[in-house]
Formats: sequence, C-alpha cells, structure tokens
Amino acid sequence: MSGASGQEGIPFPPKWQEAPMGGVAYKPSTLLHTGTWRLGLKPVVDEEKCTGCGTCHLLCPDGAAKLVDGKAVIDYTYCKGCGICSEECPANAIEMVPE
Amino acid sequence: MVVEQRVIGLTGDEAVAFAIKQVEPHVVAAYPITPQTIIVERFSEYVADGLVRTEFVAVESEHSALSACVGAAAAGARAFTATASQGLALMWEILYIASSLRLPIVMAIVNRALSAPINIHCDHSDTMGARDSGWIQLYCENSQEAYDSCIQAWRIAEHPDVRLPVMVCLDGFVLSHTLENVSVLPDEAVKKFVGEPSVPKVRVEVPANGGGTRVVEVPYKLDPWSPVPLSMGTFAMYDCYFEYKRQQEEAMKAALKVIEEVGREYGELSGRYYGLIHPYKLEDAEVAIVGLGSAMGTASVAVDELRSEGYKVGLLRIRSFRPFPAEKIKEALEGVKAVAVMDRVLSFGGPSGPLYSELAATFYHADEKPPLMNYIYGLGGRDISVDDFKAVAKELLRVAETGKVEEPVKFLGVWG
Amino acid sequence: MCPARLTMKDVLAKEDLLYPGHRACAGCVPAIVFRLALKALRGPTVAVSATGCMEVATSILPYTSWKIPWIHNAFENAAATAAGIEAAFKAMKKMGQIKEVPDVIIFGGDGGTYDIGFQALSGAAERGHKFLQILYDNEAYMNTGIQRSGGTPRFAWTTTSPAGEVIPGKLEWKKPIALIMLEHRIPYVATASPSEPMDLVNKVRKGLEADGPAFIHVICPCPRGWRFDTRLGIKVAKMAVRTCFFPLWEAKWEDGELEFKLTGTSLAIAKKPELKLPVEEYLKLQGRFAHLFKPKKREDLIAEIQAAVDAEWNYILKKAGMA
Repeated sequence: MSGASGQEGIPFPPKWQEAPMGGVAYKPSTLLHTGTWRLGLKPVVDEEKCTGCGTCHLLCPDGAAKLVDGKAVIDYTYCKGCGICSEECPANAIEMVPE
Repeated sequence: MVVEQRVIGLTGDEAVAFAIKQVEPHVVAAYPITPQTIIVERFSEYVADGLVRTEFVAVESEHSALSACVGAAAAGARAFTATASQGLALMWEILYIASSLRLPIVMAIVNRALSAPINIHCDHSDTMGARDSGWIQLYCENSQEAYDSCIQAWRIAEHPDVRLPVMVCLDGFVLSHTLENVSVLPDEAVKKFVGEPSVPKVRVEVPANGGGTRVVEVPYKLDPWSPVPLSMGTFAMYDCYFEYKRQQEEAMKAALKVIEEVGREYGELSGRYYGLIHPYKLEDAEVAIVGLGSAMGTASVAVDELRSEGYKVGLLRIRSFRPFPAEKIKEALEGVKAVAVMDRVLSFGGPSGPLYSELAATFYHADEKPPLMNYIYGLGGRDISVDDFKAVAKELLRVAETGKVEEPVKFLGVWG
Repeated sequence: MCPARLTMKDVLAKEDLLYPGHRACAGCVPAIVFRLALKALRGPTVAVSATGCMEVATSILPYTSWKIPWIHNAFENAAATAAGIEAAFKAMKKMGQIKEVPDVIIFGGDGGTYDIGFQALSGAAERGHKFLQILYDNEAYMNTGIQRSGGTPRFAWTTTSPAGEVIPGKLEWKKPIALIMLEHRIPYVATASPSEPMDLVNKVRKGLEADGPAFIHVICPCPRGWRFDTRLGIKVAKMAVRTCFFPLWEAKWEDGELEFKLTGTSLAIAKKPELKLPVEEYLKLQGRFAHLFKPKKREDLIAEIQAAVDAEWNYILKKAGMA
C-alpha cells in the first residue's frame, strides 16, 4: 500500500528495528491517490459559467476542488466523485460526466 | 560523593509527594482513592503554597487522570499521577496506550486489593493485573525506597533505550500511612539527578517539492511550532502492529540494564544503592524466601532471628517485577535447596500465583532447579507476621531435606 | 457578540490543514467540517481526536492526513487528553520554556461526545481548561457500523435500533448535547451546519478565541449511515436547518449573563416564520427514515417528530428572546 514515494522513503511494512517509535505516522496521505475510488463519473467545470466563488473548494470533502486564477479546478488524483461540488455550485458550472 | 541529606518523618504517601515536589513535573493529574489520597492532598498543598509550578489537574476519574498524563507527556512534558486498586483497574486500557506510545509517565501505585468486596487494604492484585501492560514495575520495601524510586523513575523512563512508563508500587497502609524516617536529598540534587526531560527523535517522511517525499528527523512530541507536525495514536492493520509490540519488548529488555545503572548512580549520590533485586543473607543460604514489597521487610526480621538460631535462611526481595530479572534471580538463588515464593495476589484458576509462575518459568530450562513452594498470603490486608515467615522457613528446611514438594501452592493466613 | 470576521476571501487564501488522500467515504460531510474548521485556526494548534470515523480515516499507518500535531488516545478521553496537553503547555509557559500556549482543538463524533466521551468533556468543561471541542454529529456510531448513539434522532433506523415489525427505529429522543454544554456555563457554545460554511468557520474562530472551554455541535449528514446519495450531504444539512430540526445558534456566558443568538438561516426563519419547512421535507430525503413512508406512511410518527421539533424550536426562540 505505497504511493510514489521518494527513493529514500522509510519502508512499509517496517522491520521492528526500523519502525518509527510509538507508531507515529510516517508518510503523508498525499501518497494515496483516492481518485481511483471514482465509480465512473467525474466532475467537469464549465469555465464560462464558473464565477470563482469558491463554494466547491469549501465543500469538497477531499480538498480536490481548488481555485486557480479565479476558476475552479478539480484535482482528479484525489477526487472521489461524490458529486457535492456539482450539486452545490451556485452557478451550475459543474457537471458529473462519465469518465 | 554522597550528598548531605535531611531526615524527615514521612509516611509513604508523603514521601512520594515530597519526591515529586522536588522533581516538579509539568503536570500532575490525579483522582483520589484510599490509600493514595495523601499523595494528592500533600501535592495540592505544595501547589497552593506556590512551592511548585506544576499544573495540578483535579481530573474527574482515574481514567481521565492517566489520559491527561498521556496528553501532557505526548506534548513533551513530565507527567505524574498516582492511584490504587479500582483506580488502576479503571485506567487499565490507557496503561497499554501509554506504554505503546512510549511515553515516560511516572505513576505511584499504593497497592490495594480489588473489589468485590470493596477492601481498602494492601495486596498486590491491582498492579499484578497490570503486569502485561508494558509498564516498568518497581516494588518498594519502605517509605525511603518509595521516595528514592520516585526520583529514579524519571531517569529510567526517559532513558533513550527505554522510553516506557514506570509504576512505583508501595504497599497500602503498611507503607503509605506509616510514619518512617526518610532521608531526603536537597532540592538541587534531585533536579540535577533527573535533569531536563529529553525527547528522542523520530524519522518521518514529509511531502517534497515536485511530488514524492523526503525523510526528516524530528523530536517525538506534539510541537505546534515544528515545521513537521506528528500524528500519534495511529491505526495499525495486521501488517504492522506486531512490529511495534516487538519494539516495546526490546525496550523492556534494555530497561534491565538501565534500572541497575540508574540505581548505581543514585547510590553514589545518596549512599543508597538500588538494583533489580535485593538479596539479603542469601550468599550461603540453604533455603530462601522470595517476594515483593513491604512484607519482605518483615521476612528479613524472621531471617535474622532464624540465623541467630543457626538456620541458614536467606531472602530475595525482587524490586523490579517488570522487567523480570530472570538471570539475576537464577544467579542469586544458585545453590539454594528450597525456595518459597510469596504471592500477595491470587490469579484465579491459574496453576499458581503469578510470581511463582514466573520463577518456575525462569528455572524451567536451568540445570539446577530448586524445589519451589508457593504461598498465597496477605490478601485484602491480612497481616503477615515474623512468626508466619519463620513457619514458612521451617517448612522450607523440611523440603530442602527431602527435595520433594507435596503441595506446591498453599494459602497462608486464611481462616478455615 | 462580534459579527462574522473571517470572509470567504480570508478562507480561500488559507492552506488546507488536512492532506487529501484520507480514507473518508466519498461525500463524507465530517471531512468537509474538518477542512472548514481547520481553516479557522488562528495560530499554533494541537488537535485531539476521539476514536471514530475521521480518526481512523486520517491515520491508518503509515499515513497521516494531519498537517498540525495530532493525537488520538482512546474513545472516551479526548477531552481528558486535551486537558493534559493544555496543562502541559501552561506549565511550560510558567517555567519559561515557551512563550505562548497553543490552541487545543478536539474533534469528537457523537459516540466520543454524547455517550462514552461525555464524562471527560463535562469534567474538562467544569475545570475550565481552554479548548474548543467540535462535535461532528453523524448521529450514530458510524465507524463501527451505524449503531445508535445518544445523538441518534427518534425513529431513525440504525443497526442497533432497527425499524422492525414492532418497533419503528430508535425510541429515545436525541440528547440535547449543546444545551447541556451551555448549562456548564462555559464561555462559548454554538451549533453549526456545513451548509452554512462561513457561519461554521466564524464560530470555530470564536470558539478558539474564547477564554476557556468552547463547544460547537455540527450536524453532519452521513450518506452511508443515513442512506442517501453521496452528492446530497450538504442538501440534507440545509434541510435540517430549514425545518428547524437543527437550529443554528451561538451563546456565551459573561458575568453570569447569558447571551443567546440565532444565526444564519435559523435567524432568518425566526424573523420570517413562513420560511420554516415541515420536518417531513427533511425526513423523506433519508433512507434511515424510509420506514416512516413505506410500506405505508406513518403520519402518527411523523406528527410526533414534528411536535417535538416545534416544541424545541419554541424553546430556542424563547432563549433567543424571539418568541
């Protein structure tokens, strides 16, 4: 269960001699690409309609909707396809489409 | 160079409170329970008089007491609590968490029987019930030792090879409420001995620029000013839990040496040396009594009296029950022809008392195995006298002659 | 009480303090609430979680989703653990080892707050430690498989209060946890909904600024446990507020005086009662209340729920001086 870690990462599962003390977490979850969880639908932003209000950024459970240069951009590496951004966008600028 | 000390009349509880005052941990979180109450009360007085800068958290239960100590220790602070009996039983799940998170918490346990019936007097069922929890357990013979161990405990717990919490056990009422002469060190000597709390470093991966991660080394504590925040108390699947437990066991093994080292260093400072075991007149003993806690003080009087009558009786008081000093015990009992193991606790349905089981395991593969007898005694504060110990020794001498133990497990002092 | 200070612009400029890649379900509303709450931090902060959905989802070894120091101890002791952390930093400051005491924020689910965690929370509140506890209320023990809690509403289906032939779901009412915390006379108590994110963010900020214990009860619809499509979490929360099932308010005690105010949509409804929708509009969105509609509509049970919601709403209006 490893993502693309750097060459010098700490192995998982660890040998007991190397396991970081006390069970402290030792990798960021950014290594887990939850975009693979999507079940066939993904959100697509219509830039013409998008007003850059930021609602999708506030309401995405995974922080996968961000504003870049005033427009919503979806990070498909992490987007789980829940559809909340599409449902809540005040401008109706996000549509759930088949992948 | 032994430092000059004052002698004060202190009960066991007061001695513990006094030691902790001198250590001045950051946090004391405790809930009262007889016979530990004097520790908490005395310490509260120190706080109210401005003698310590410790934050005293009057928690609403023992479970919260140890939980608060876990939080404090995780933040890199020194944390202390004390309890007994039902209180220890209530915090049972947190014991395992504290030791598994490798937090150097120090806790005084004033040994008291477990309900039901509710009983406020001494036996070892409370701490024996916690023997698997990964805590170091030191059993004290008298108030002096309680004072001394409460100072050494920090150095043992915080040692980089150990990083395990420590229980300092003193017998309820027998020690906790009995006034004894206690030599106390000067404040500066205690502060110097315990030093500043240290925190080991851990290696973790953090996101690196351009994706991927890099490894950094940071102190193992919750530090909101650190650029590398840590997450403690994580969830493990079956793919890595076992490794953390193995690590803990290694720390316990390392503690065997550390307890002796710290005991030696403390001896140089105070004139009182401590180790894993405290043998008494064991060198040429034909028979030996083995046990924990204050009753061994009583036993030593019996040993003296029997020696003066010509019997070669010896005593082995085990100070460190966890980690269990199997090798030292085997060495100490070499040549002894019969051993009585005193258990101030019952392990219901087991083949014997817990200390006996551990001694039996110790000797199982040894070439020379002395006959071992088990006495379950003193439950719920049932007194044990010098005469009782003399009777045990006489029985041992009989067994030493025949080499046979008819009844390995006996109850000593129960009516009926 | 001060009006909202943090603006949308402020919030959009703040980095996320929760890494993506956590294991929360798609459409998990608690995950939204965590992200929003963490946007409101005002300085060095330590987080404590009780055992539960978000704790597990953010900390499966070797991974963590936390960008601030975080500890999970056990299920019932988040508040006690936080008390120890707070005391430790206070002592360190007293001893001249640090300059300022960081904020401590606790995240507990309904299990770790209403039920098993209540003792520790009540004790910590009584002792006046400075912390903010956020209750992310998905109204059941979701992490262990949707079992009923003290926060489960009446007639909701859960696995330990199923809707069967004889008993239509949980028979007990939802424990009024926020009002109970209010009666601890602590400096700041509020309720919030992720359907009004800026209201929530500002309440978190006020909670952190409070000079003592603070508590925010957040309604968190759970697609998995409440049985609705993953895209509807915010809509369901919105409806909870529109039907006054979950009123939004904030309160503080100062010099023995209670200041109690409605906020957001609840304030709007208080001023314009026609905006209040029948509770049926909320119940019908959720599969856990499906047995109230099929095979036959249980008007009697829905009426009971409506009566209770109305009574509670009137009680809240009185407290806010808007009856």
